[in-house]
Amino acid sequence: MSPDVNPSGWGQLLLWLLIGLPAISGVALCVLGRAANRSAAAVSLVTAGLTALTAVAASIARPAVDVPFLTGFTFGLAVDALSALIVPTVAVVTLAVLAFAAAEGTQAPARFHGLMLIFAASVAVTATATTLPTLLFAWEIMGALSYALIGFQWRDEFRVSAGLTAFITTRVGDLGLYAAAGAALAGGTGLTFADLADAPPGWRDVVAAGILLAAFGKAAQLPFSFWLSRAMEGPSPVSALLHSAAMVAMGGYLLLRFAPFLQATGWAATTAAWVGALTALLLGIVAVAQRDLKQLLAASTAAQLGFIVLAAGVGAVAGGTAHLVAHAATKSLLFLAAGAWLTALGTKQLHGLRGVARRWPVVGVAFSAGALSLTGVAPLSLWATKDEVLAGALAASPALYVVGLAATALSAAYAGKALVIVWSRPLPTTRDAYDTEQQGTQHVGLWERIPLLVLATGAVLLGVLALPPLGDQVRLALGAVGEPRPTALELVGSAVLAVVVVGLVAWKRVPEPSWAANWLGLERAVYASIVAPVLWLSEHLARFDDAILDRGIHSVARRAVRGARRLAHFDDAGLDAAVTASARGGVRAGSTAAEVDTYGVDVLVEAVGRTARQLGRAARHPQSGQLHQYYAQITVLLTVALVLLLVVR
Amino acid sequence: MLSLVIFLPVVAALVLIVLPGLSDRLSRWAWVLVTLVDFALLIGMWAAYDVPAAGFLAYEERLEWMPSVGSSYHVGVDGLSLPLLLLTAVIFLACAVYALKERERPRQQAALFLFLQSASLGVFAAQDLIVFFVFFDLSIVGMYFIIAGWGHGNPARSALKFFLYTFLGSLSLLLGFIGLYVGAVPHTFDMVELARHPALQNAPVAAGFVLAAIVIGLAIKTPTFPFHTWLPPAHTDAPAIGSVVLAGVLLKMGTYGFVRIAMPMLPDAWRSWAWLIVIVGIVSVLYGALVALAQTNVKRMIAYTSVNHMGYIVLAVGAAGVVSDSSEQAQQVAITGAVVQMVSHGLVTGALFLLAGVLYDRRESYDLSAFGGLAAPAPRYAAFFAVAAFASLGLPGFSGFIAEFQIFAGSIGTVPWSLLALPGILITAALFLRASQRLLTGKPRGLSVGFSDLKLNEVLSIGALLVMSVIIGLFPRFLLDLIEPAASVVVNLVGR
Repeated sequence: MSPDVNPSGWGQLLLWLLIGLPAISGVALCVLGRAANRSAAAVSLVTAGLTALTAVAASIARPAVDVPFLTGFTFGLAVDALSALIVPTVAVVTLAVLAFAAAEGTQAPARFHGLMLIFAASVAVTATATTLPTLLFAWEIMGALSYALIGFQWRDEFRVSAGLTAFITTRVGDLGLYAAAGAALAGGTGLTFADLADAPPGWRDVVAAGILLAAFGKAAQLPFSFWLSRAMEGPSPVSALLHSAAMVAMGGYLLLRFAPFLQATGWAATTAAWVGALTALLLGIVAVAQRDLKQLLAASTAAQLGFIVLAAGVGAVAGGTAHLVAHAATKSLLFLAAGAWLTALGTKQLHGLRGVARRWPVVGVAFSAGALSLTGVAPLSLWATKDEVLAGALAASPALYVVGLAATALSAAYAGKALVIVWSRPLPTTRDAYDTEQQGTQHVGLWERIPLLVLATGAVLLGVLALPPLGDQVRLALGAVGEPRPTALELVGSAVLAVVVVGLVAWKRVPEPSWAANWLGLERAVYASIVAPVLWLSEHLARFDDAILDRGIHSVARRAVRGARRLAHFDDAGLDAAVTASARGGVRAGSTAAEVDTYGVDVLVEAVGRTARQLGRAARHPQSGQLHQYYAQITVLLTVALVLLLVVR
Repeated sequence: MLSLVIFLPVVAALVLIVLPGLSDRLSRWAWVLVTLVDFALLIGMWAAYDVPAAGFLAYEERLEWMPSVGSSYHVGVDGLSLPLLLLTAVIFLACAVYALKERERPRQQAALFLFLQSASLGVFAAQDLIVFFVFFDLSIVGMYFIIAGWGHGNPARSALKFFLYTFLGSLSLLLGFIGLYVGAVPHTFDMVELARHPALQNAPVAAGFVLAAIVIGLAIKTPTFPFHTWLPPAHTDAPAIGSVVLAGVLLKMGTYGFVRIAMPMLPDAWRSWAWLIVIVGIVSVLYGALVALAQTNVKRMIAYTSVNHMGYIVLAVGAAGVVSDSSEQAQQVAITGAVVQMVSHGLVTGALFLLAGVLYDRRESYDLSAFGGLAAPAPRYAAFFAVAAFASLGLPGFSGFIAEFQIFAGSIGTVPWSLLALPGILITAALFLRASQRLLTGKPRGLSVGFSDLKLNEVLSIGALLVMSVIIGLFPRFLLDLIEPAASVVVNLVGR
């Protein structure tokens, strides 16, 4: 638990409300289902509004709770300086997105808003978790809800399988957290975040590797990025929340939280820095190559998260956090705008969106604010935040800085490409794309525009988090005072670079390399190298199970029957004959004795003889060839053996 | 009190048998009532339960039986057995409620299930190996008749295979018990005594053979790879509630035996052979998951996931046998996780088998590809199936996570190679989501058209099991407080 949290009673109530409000309303909406469809939007907005207020209050009060949970591990939550920035951001974006969704209207509103609210609760837990089990608890629920939300329109199977891809891919990363927990136990430390640093070197490396894996999966870093492309099959508000401000961002957030821990292991920080930088670069190229607006935005999300992961790797926590917050507002705005146009025109293809900003200027202006922020044009938000990250990269390694700068230029290129298209005059062929993906409504309502404007304000202004004087406060709170700052030259240079690139994009057509258009072929590669072999193995093991293992058991059983038959034969020919003979002998001996001895002995011997004869007859009974009867005999034998053993001892 | 809980169902069963005039309706409700009373009694016992001192029992009852062989009617509960007794009562109650719509010989069915309930409760309460063995075998007999009498497909064959295979296992178990008896000084079958003064401490070879007999017996029942092939046909041809009891209760007798008998009574041998148990666990986890992934019959699929889920338990109890100076916490975490997994698997797989039963009840098919788009005609069914699938793949918020997280953390904590089993939870996730997708999503097609949604008794029985899984998943302390002291006793016993 960080020293800057306040474990008082009222604060704790705030923390429980922050999670409980959305969780309980969300579950209630889901359980009531159709019955709650009418009131769903209202319940959802009230809940999200109260949650946002609670989030702000909690980030001022800085509460912490810690309750018993698993065997020796607690369920710990706390709002510290880092989560004090993240929690309200997510809560406000959630409110804006739900307001937009309520205005636009969705199918099955109770289920939609219910799932979104449960998702918001799980994000709040993720962002405030102080122990590994708490984190993993919320982390996997986020994944499951992303499955349910991406596949929200379950009548379309391709959407459901997109959800499946997202869930399974991110769960590969989640395995890292299970491994981290095991390694922490093996290293003899507890599972609170503060304890993990005490793990002895070997185990600490496993913990670090697990955390990296989990974060890369959720943040759609290489090589996991492809799931985010598939995730675009989900409704636009889902993308606006999950794939900008919340779930994907939580991957970056986790690494920011563990930045000092990663530094302590050395290689983990370097790995994070390079994976982040390369994702920013390569997914930037992917974004440039896209012709579908949501795909462009998705690739851009992975690339922007790359900057945050880079920041965590080079220890630029203040810059990374500011970038995360600014990107959340920017990207959710862009996804909502794309969604508004998709609803209105029935397309998200860029050539169909030509001139769309002219037709709906308010949406267009808001979209442009987000897109310009993404390009890195001064003084919009991502300009300053990204430069702070790059300053950290420069201090760590010039090579990282160069890659990061190239990625910045690519951001300007893809954001500029979208910007230019939406403001261009429509071509005669533009209309052909309308209504190709769904039936357009030709309408964007007032209440859909308001959330866009709120988010646009954030996209414009949130750069202040990285600039003095507020930026200094942020650094102080995060304990990041000593982190490198961008020089004036870097700030001006990057802004100029952004303007130049946007100008170039406006002037000349952007190349769209085909290797980047299909997301580097990552999904196909993963299918061929992992999924297909696993399916092959599974089929063959199933056949092995039926044909070898099970059949083997049967052949053993058959052999046992054959053996039993042979025994039975021996029984008939040998034992039974012997029994009969001995019985006969007994009778004879008995009658001889009777002549000599008293009646009592005679009776006794005759009884023995009779019994023996009966036994002889009975011994022939069980040779029925029926396996279960032989079994019963074995049991009797064993029981007799047991009794004998007990009597003899 | 404990004996009342154990024998109440079988007494009720006798009453049902001797009253042939009883109407079907009345017998069904009588069954529900008896299971409800039994459950209530157990809840009462739980409420009044005081954690006994290490090595002692609560609600202990002991009657002379065969004093010459050191065997007595000895029953009692602790933190390992009470959760399983409660689970047994819950499972049988859910079955009784689900069977309220049963059309085929409900009176006989109720009597048979009540008999089986007594046998199952007896196994978990037994504190004498002979008593354990008798109840263990009676449960096999009961299940044989359930599959043979109320099954479908090829029930006679599957029931016989089940019977022969698990009976063979029980014979191996008996052999092991006799070994324990012979090795103990003084000779006794008393489980408390055997745990207090382990037999064969100075005879590693003999102890190894005795452990082998016991482990093979338990491994067949659990079942673990490679002894699992009786399970899929038994499940496929069993009636829905038969499968529920088989998976929910009978399989637990195997895993319960590991923590109750094998670990505490043969600690030296267990530690020596723990590596083998770990390997069997890891192989069962991966093999069960992979084979389940290839199944198209929903019941066979769930059956193989049971092999996977039981594999986690075997992994955990094996890893808990790897003792080092610093491993005590990890061992306790692993064993606690294993016991939670027994409860969790019972609840969740019980729900899944009931849901599979609904498919058969409506359409006489378990073929995943024959259905599709069920969410449209049967939204409640779809929601329940999806929730049960997520519960079974170990999602947080459900009991499976509490179990699997602790199993993995504890097992990796003592045996780092347990990491190899981690892909198991990934494959399980993939197979459940794939099955849900095939069954529920898309446009309604094939057998889904006109499928009628869950009825009240189905909602209640399946819903209750899932709600309990959620309660454990969100507020696990009430269960863990019960298990942890007993788990730490096992850790101390195996570490001797």
